[in-house]
Formats: sequence, structure tokens, C-alpha cells
Amino acid sequence: MTTTTASAESGERTVRKNSPGAARGPRRTGRIKRIGLPYLLLLPALLLELLVHLVPMVIGIVMSFKELTQFYIRDWGTAPWSGLDNYQVSVDFDAPVGEALLHSFLVTIAFTLLSVGLCWLIGTAAAIYMQDTFRGRGLLRALFLVPYALPVYAAVITWVFMFQHDNGLVNHVLHDQLHLTDKPSFWLIGDNSFVALLTVSVWKGWPFAFLIVMAGLQNIPGELYEAAALDGAGLWQQIRRITLPSLRPVNQVLVLVLFLWTFNDFNTPYVLFGRTAPEAADLISVHIYQASFVTWNFGTGSAMSVLLLLFLLVVTGVYLLLTSRGRKTADV
Amino acid sequence: MRSIRAAAVGAVTMSLALAASACGGGSSTGGGSNDSPKTLTYWASNQGASIAVDKKVLQPELDKFEEQTGIKVKLEVVPWSDLLNRILTATTSGQGPDVLNIGNTWSASLQATGALLPWDAKNFDKIGGKDRFVDSALGSTGAQGKDPAAVPLYSMAYALYYNKKLFADAGIAKPPATWDELIADGKKLSKGGTWGLGAEGSNPSENIHHTFVFAKQHGADFFTADGKPDFTSDGAVTAVKQYVDLMAKDKIIAPGNAEYAQNQSVSDFAKGKNAMLLWQSASSNLKSQGMSDDAYGIAPMPVQSGTPGSGTNVNSMVAGINMAVFKNTHNLDGATKFVKFMTGDAEQKILNTAYSTIPPVKTAQADAAFNTPANAVLKDTLAKSAVALPQVADESQFETAIGTAVKELFADAAAGRAVTTASVKAKLEKAQQQMPKK
Repeated sequence: MTTTTASAESGERTVRKNSPGAARGPRRTGRIKRIGLPYLLLLPALLLELLVHLVPMVIGIVMSFKELTQFYIRDWGTAPWSGLDNYQVSVDFDAPVGEALLHSFLVTIAFTLLSVGLCWLIGTAAAIYMQDTFRGRGLLRALFLVPYALPVYAAVITWVFMFQHDNGLVNHVLHDQLHLTDKPSFWLIGDNSFVALLTVSVWKGWPFAFLIVMAGLQNIPGELYEAAALDGAGLWQQIRRITLPSLRPVNQVLVLVLFLWTFNDFNTPYVLFGRTAPEAADLISVHIYQASFVTWNFGTGSAMSVLLLLFLLVVTGVYLLLTSRGRKTADV
Repeated sequence: MRSIRAAAVGAVTMSLALAASACGGGSSTGGGSNDSPKTLTYWASNQGASIAVDKKVLQPELDKFEEQTGIKVKLEVVPWSDLLNRILTATTSGQGPDVLNIGNTWSASLQATGALLPWDAKNFDKIGGKDRFVDSALGSTGAQGKDPAAVPLYSMAYALYYNKKLFADAGIAKPPATWDELIADGKKLSKGGTWGLGAEGSNPSENIHHTFVFAKQHGADFFTADGKPDFTSDGAVTAVKQYVDLMAKDKIIAPGNAEYAQNQSVSDFAKGKNAMLLWQSASSNLKSQGMSDDAYGIAPMPVQSGTPGSGTNVNSMVAGINMAVFKNTHNLDGATKFVKFMTGDAEQKILNTAYSTIPPVKTAQADAAFNTPANAVLKDTLAKSAVALPQVADESQFETAIGTAVKELFADAAAGRAVTTASVKAKLEKAQQQMPKK
């Protein structure tokens, strides 16, 4: 019996092997199984992503077409449709709402460019400096990461104390000790609030840049520097010709992530200035929050959010396109 | 390389999704029920010097309530800065407390959301009737012609607190009764690190309370009779300018006060850095900061010199805290019982004494405990010369819009920039245009 079965099986196998058409069958199901399993495994994550991000996003977009005020928030489905009204109000730059939004947008652009630039510069400089081994390097590295590790609220509220007009450390140092200003300055109201916001943002953001660049530096082979040094290249030339080009892929991601984080940063200005920010430091995230939750114009707030989303989509799209094109030519 | 690209795409997607989902919300409707008759959740506003102080004051009373009715009250004291947002979130999600405190100026705004139980005659009967409450307090429980959205719990009025020793040192015999006198006294008192008056320049609510009183004294209102914003009338502009000028022109408020928003001016007064303070029910706060009761006097807030404008001797807004029931409570009967308990004579006496406020309940107000000279000023103000802030649905937005405009004007004054009629008018114009259109 056993022998018969075995021979029958082996016979079948021979038949299949000899017929190309039949041979594809089982292989195809195998491939589907192989392809299907990962998708099955991804499914919970996809569902969660749908629930946590996409559904609220769609709700937000629906809200932006509604006249949503305190009269309807309890049951926002009943709010009347307002068509494009919310968008028109938001982009009518001659009227106060649009004008304020544009102002806030420009402030945010200036703030983001400066903050990301400074974070990158300080982070890269520190990372390059820390490449050399010296006594206490580990400790210093750990210290550099403190701002990044601290809870945002605790860190920023400490800055609020330091920026106080009457008892703050900043004025104490700048005015009382160094005599750099002829009278104590205001940091949390008025025009200086932009400087205060930028200071806290850079303080909080550069350790991340430091961390990423430091990781990137580990991948650059030491022989390159040795060869360059033999050819007589100085430190600056080594940085310009070896370090920066090698860091390019790392920097592309770093700058993009920093840009998005800084552009959307809500915690820092909110803890620093409260529900209504000074005009000079009126970042767009707080501005939209104010439109929605302080003025109770949830429809307009949603429209502004959607506009912001579109803007960020375009910026990141163009950025990714440019950087990936650059990379392709580099690969070739 | 590929993993970097994937990471970038992932990061972008996440950030974008987060940006767009910033405005979310849900919907829920439904009336109250009695599904869980044994428990209540109560959001109390932060009244005392700290949340711990509030818990210490309230918990024994809640225990008493549990003893009487068998209903356990879960207490959460919510800081002022969070309260409105918390209520708004609870309104949107339908997941709120059963009973809550609201600032009485928000009554009409929150009434418009439909989240609070209306206090019709039937509901009022369950807590002893509307007649038990003082009229001025009832004036800020919701829009006129509608059933109130809340019941008065603590009443307060603004008064002028002055430091007796600093006054005596400067040779001032009695507290100022008009703004001109206040400015003259303030100039005598502003010297050697001490200032005449304290203010909370970055606190929109404080700003709005004061400018509202000034406006009333100039016969102006911030809303027209049919409820439309009217921020730029001559009276309103004069009022706002007069208030900010106390720092900008008269220089009796320290420039540093322009960034105050955490009651620092009360601390300054307790420490003798300010000789005068315009505040509501500051006594318990001053005591907790070590200032003894006889170190300061309390006088009515000043009025304009000469004959006041059109029929007005207004010298305070009606300040206070109301108690509201969330419409979709699961313990409607218990919630009503709790409101009855808290507004009962005995509790009114205990609570208002602890917070140095005035009971809005007539019988409790007549109690000897509220007849001290300090309380007499506040009671008198509430009875005769205090006016409720506009009871319109947009009140909350109005507080922010004007309060922020005044904050920006204070920032100008502190930086030494000129505060002119034109600049005041421009700020008010902008504030008005930011109000919701109808």
C-alpha cells in the first residue's frame, strides 16, 4: 500500500513538473498567501490610522463647510451648511479675520525659517564638535539632550518665569548685570515676544537636530577625513567637502521634520502667552485655536485648518519632489 | 536610502493628519435621567487661594450632603483658566459633570449651547423658588426673556481696596471717591518703588470688567438694544482710554502690571507694593498672603467727577459664580437636590464666609456674619450700583475681543508707545470686526 501511494505521488509530481501550465497553479496561491499575510498584519494599524487620523480629518473638512457656532456645538450635525463662506472669510485679506490670518501666517513663516535654521546650525555645530573624543564628552552629550527630554509644559513655564519683566532672570542678567538695556524689557507682551518665542523654540528644538546629525556622522568613514587631511584639507574644507555632502540625506529628513514640527507648534506659544498671543508672536496654530475655541467660530477655525493642511501638503510635496530628484541624479 | 524616504513620508503623513484633525468633535443629544441616583460629579470653580484650599472648604459640606441624602458627590476643582474650555469640551462630547460652576458672565453664552438645564418655574420650585435670590444676582443667569441657565451661588462686587498705612504716610485722609481724586492720590503714592494702583493688564476678563464699568459711567454700552456689538461709540472709546491712561498718562500703575495675568497685583497689594487695588472679594486671598484685615480699608469703586452721565452711578459689574446642571445628567433629581443644598441658608453662610463673598440668597445675606463694614460696602454696591455684563450669546467672545484689545493697549503703554483716541478706536474697531457675524 505504502509503496503504491508513494509511487502515485511521485508520479503526480512528475506530471506537474513536466506541464508548465499546471506548475504555475500552486505557486500562484503560494504567492497570494505570501502577499496576503503582510496586509492582514497591517490591517489593525490601518484601521487605527483610519480611526485616529482620517476620520477626524474628514470630520474637520465637513465642519469647515458649516456655520458652526456655540448654538450648534452640542449637536454639530444640525449646523446649517454655509458653502464656501468660512473659506471666503479666511482668505479675504482686506477684512479683519483674513488680515489677521495672513499676518499670523507670515509671522509663522518667519518664525519657522529662523527657528529651523538656528536649530540646524547649532545642532550640526555641536554634533561636529562632539565628534572628537575628550574627557566628559558623554556627560556633555547627555546634558545637551536635557531640553529635548524635559516635559514641554515644565520647560516652557520655567521660561515664562525667566522672561518676567520685574523679577525675571533674563532682565536681571541683561539689564542689572550686563547693562545692555537702558530699562528692563518686556518679553511676554509687545514686539519682543517674537524673540522670546524664538529663543524657547530653538532651545527646545536644537537637541533633536544634534541627535540626528550625530547619528548621521557615525556613517561617514574615517578614512575620508584621513585622506583629506593627507591632501592638506583643513577643518573647514573637511566639513564643507566631506561632512555636509555626506549628511545630505539625513539633513533632508531633519529639516522637513523640524519644519513641520515648528510650523505646527502649539504648546510653546500657548504656555508662553496663554489663550491670546501678542500680535508679534501670533503663530498660526494658536491663531486657529483662538478662532475655534476662544471666539467659538468652529466652522471658520476648521476652514483655516484645512487651508493650513493644503499649504503644508504643497510645501512638503514640492520639497520631497526636489530632494528625491536630486537624490536620483546623485545615485546615477 | 529607502528607509529614510519611508520615514520622511511617514512623518509627513502623520504631521498633516494631526494638523487637519486639530478640529474634531462629536455629537450627542439627550435629556437628563435618573439612571445613577447614588452619585454626582461636581466641577467647582477655583474660588480659594488654591485648589487644595477649595477642597478643604468643600469636602466637609459634600460629606454632609452625602449623610443627608446618601448621594456621593465626586468633586473636581477646575482652575479658572481651564474652566470654560472644559465646559465647552463637555458640551461637545456630552460627557460632562452633573453639576458645575460657571462664571456668571458666561451664563448667556453657555445657555446658547443648550447644554445646561433651563431653570423654569417648576425647577426653581424644587429649590425653594426664584424669590429666594437677590435680583441683581438673578440678572446674570441668562438672556432676558429666557428661563435662567443657572442659579446664583456666590455674589461679588468690585470695590476699592486701599492700604491704610501707605495712605496715612502720604497724608491722605480718606479713600478717593472720584477718578480724579484717585489719580491725584495715586500720584502722591507712586514713589520709591511703590505704585498707586495695581492692575492685571494681560488678563482679558479683568480688563473687560473695568472697561465695562467705565463705559457704563460714560453712559455707553458695548451692545445695541438688539444685541449687535457696538464697541466704537465715543463713550466706549473714552472709557477704554481712561482705563489704560491710568498707566499710560497718569502713571499710577507700574508698567510691569501690563503682563500680569495671575493675580500678581493682589500679591503686590498684600506686600504693600501697590497702595490701591480694584478687586472683587479679595479678603480671603489677602489674608492667605499674610495681610491682616485691619491693614486695609474697603471703599466703593470711584465714579466720574461731577454729575455722572445718563442716570448712572454704576461702580461695579455684578460679579459672581452660578451653579448649573448639565442637561444630560444621569441623576437629575440628585443634581437638583444638590443645588438646593448648596443654595440653602446654612450652606450659603458657611461657603460665602469661607470665600469672603456675599450670599445671593436674601435670607442668608441678612445674616449678621455679612454685616461687617467690608461686606456692607459690597452688599450696598450689589444692591444699588452694580450692573450685569451684557447677557448676550456672544458674551464670551466679547470678553476675549475687548479684553485682548485692552491687553494690547497696555502693552503699548508699558513699552512707552502713545495711547491715543485714534489708537484706542482702531483696536476696538478690530475687536468688533472679529465678533461673529449674524
